[in-house]
Amino acid sequence: MQTFNRSIHPGWLIIAPLLVLVVTLYLGPIMNILWLSFTDPEPGLGNYAKLGESDALLRIVWTTVRICIVTTLFSVGLGYSIAYAMVHCDQRQKNYMLTLLLVSFWISILVRTFSWLMLLGRKGLVNGTLENIGLIAEPIAFMRNELGVLIGMIHYMIPYAVLPLLVSMQSIDTRIMDASRNLGASGSQSFLRIYLPLTLPGLVASTLLVFILSLGFYVTPAVLGGGKVLMVAEYISVQLLVTLKWGTAAMLAALMLFGVLAMLWLMSKFMKLSTVFGGTTR
Amino acid sequence: MTSGFFFKFNRVGAWILMLFLVTPALISIPVSLTPKRFLSMPKGELSLRHFEKLFTSEQWLSSFFQSGVIAVSTSLLATFLGTICAIGLWRVSSKLSELVRAFLLLPLIIPQIISAMAFYRLWIPLGLLDSYAGLIIAHTILAAPMVLITVSASLASFDPKLEQASKNLGASNWTTMHRVILPSIKPGVFAGALFAFILSWDEIVVTLFISKYSVYTLPRRMWNGIRENTDPTVAAAAVVLIAITIIAFMIFVILSRRNTRSKDA
Repeated sequence: MQTFNRSIHPGWLIIAPLLVLVVTLYLGPIMNILWLSFTDPEPGLGNYAKLGESDALLRIVWTTVRICIVTTLFSVGLGYSIAYAMVHCDQRQKNYMLTLLLVSFWISILVRTFSWLMLLGRKGLVNGTLENIGLIAEPIAFMRNELGVLIGMIHYMIPYAVLPLLVSMQSIDTRIMDASRNLGASGSQSFLRIYLPLTLPGLVASTLLVFILSLGFYVTPAVLGGGKVLMVAEYISVQLLVTLKWGTAAMLAALMLFGVLAMLWLMSKFMKLSTVFGGTTR
Repeated sequence: MTSGFFFKFNRVGAWILMLFLVTPALISIPVSLTPKRFLSMPKGELSLRHFEKLFTSEQWLSSFFQSGVIAVSTSLLATFLGTICAIGLWRVSSKLSELVRAFLLLPLIIPQIISAMAFYRLWIPLGLLDSYAGLIIAHTILAAPMVLITVSASLASFDPKLEQASKNLGASNWTTMHRVILPSIKPGVFAGALFAFILSWDEIVVTLFISKYSVYTLPRRMWNGIRENTDPTVAAAAVVLIAITIIAFMIFVILSRRNTRSKDA
């Protein structure tokens, strides 16, 4: 018993239940999907070769990547501005802002997507109001195109972008900025050469986090894209639930998974991953 | 001073963005009060008929009930597994256990669509498709990492000497766990339970794949309503969901306030 205790820490006993559950019921089938991408319908790299052969498939991947890049740029840019304002205003305003941010973070994705549906439709509130004021004669097509998908996704991703940035900005010693100004640097100089580099880890973490989350996003593109903007996640669901073809879907999932893992690895170079999530708890 | 101007400009911009984040969801309030049978803004008179329908329709009520059962079960199971796992990892704290921790956080970050595929793939041979058990297990695997994070955060501020003291005073492992460790990480456990509940209550992507007829959760029914895009009952359901979110959020704020206060003391 003594030797057993020495070789295996008793703590592992209570780690085991969750670990076993995740390995058998989660990791197992994911490995199976990776395996399928090489074996279904026939062994080989056939599924991956389809990327080179089929224009449609390539277009879907490209649409996904493009939308993710634009979403990430906007969410992180706007998120940076929010985080900056939050760090640099008084405690009361900061608390209000944090509350609004977390409430929006917590509101169900379905509720939010539904709201955009009612706001952005041809007869939606936005078009209705613009027509009433006489700004536009014809309703603007906000939906069933990439614009709608982008609005919905950026709206969803901004809180995710803000939280890592906030953590990073809060750890900066404000006296550094004062020192830079005292030494004669202009406002923009000290921002660009001192502040921005100091927030770089947070910026990278927030960029990668938003990009990863956007890659597999399903709900908003499916609803606001209205079938016109086909992204990888929706394509996978159609393949599995309608046409029952595992091979292509597994290949796309494998690509997505490798992409995500590569980005996670990159991210871990800049930030402890748990702090990214931990930021949401306070 | 240019930076002062930029400062104010940025702050105004940030407030506008905040409104952009929160206000769109509020549109479901007026729409849910429309007297008409289709999705529209009410003009003049208001009506509660869609709320009435929501709370008398057997389908919607059963969805509320099913989502409630699944979310509560998920929350209990995920909180139990996540908490003991976090304590285990905290006590082992070696290189290997940190690796295990990183691995266990994966379900949070791996795209939901891939998780959905994985569960769908395995649930077919296991016969768990379209069952309570299937949804609860899947949601538990997705939610347990949340609990792991919140409990680990609480443990980080727990003094390990207290555990030693308890053992030196002759308490067994179980007593130490029950009377020393658990009470001091309670806020983290509750926050984790709340997060797990919300995650399951809101979950749609995995649910779309592994449920069909007999289990029809609230998000699933909302999803259908959104796709059909005609019935204002969905707006009423959205209002109820927003109210629940705000209540849950307030519970969370009170809990975390109590947490910081007990830390100060």
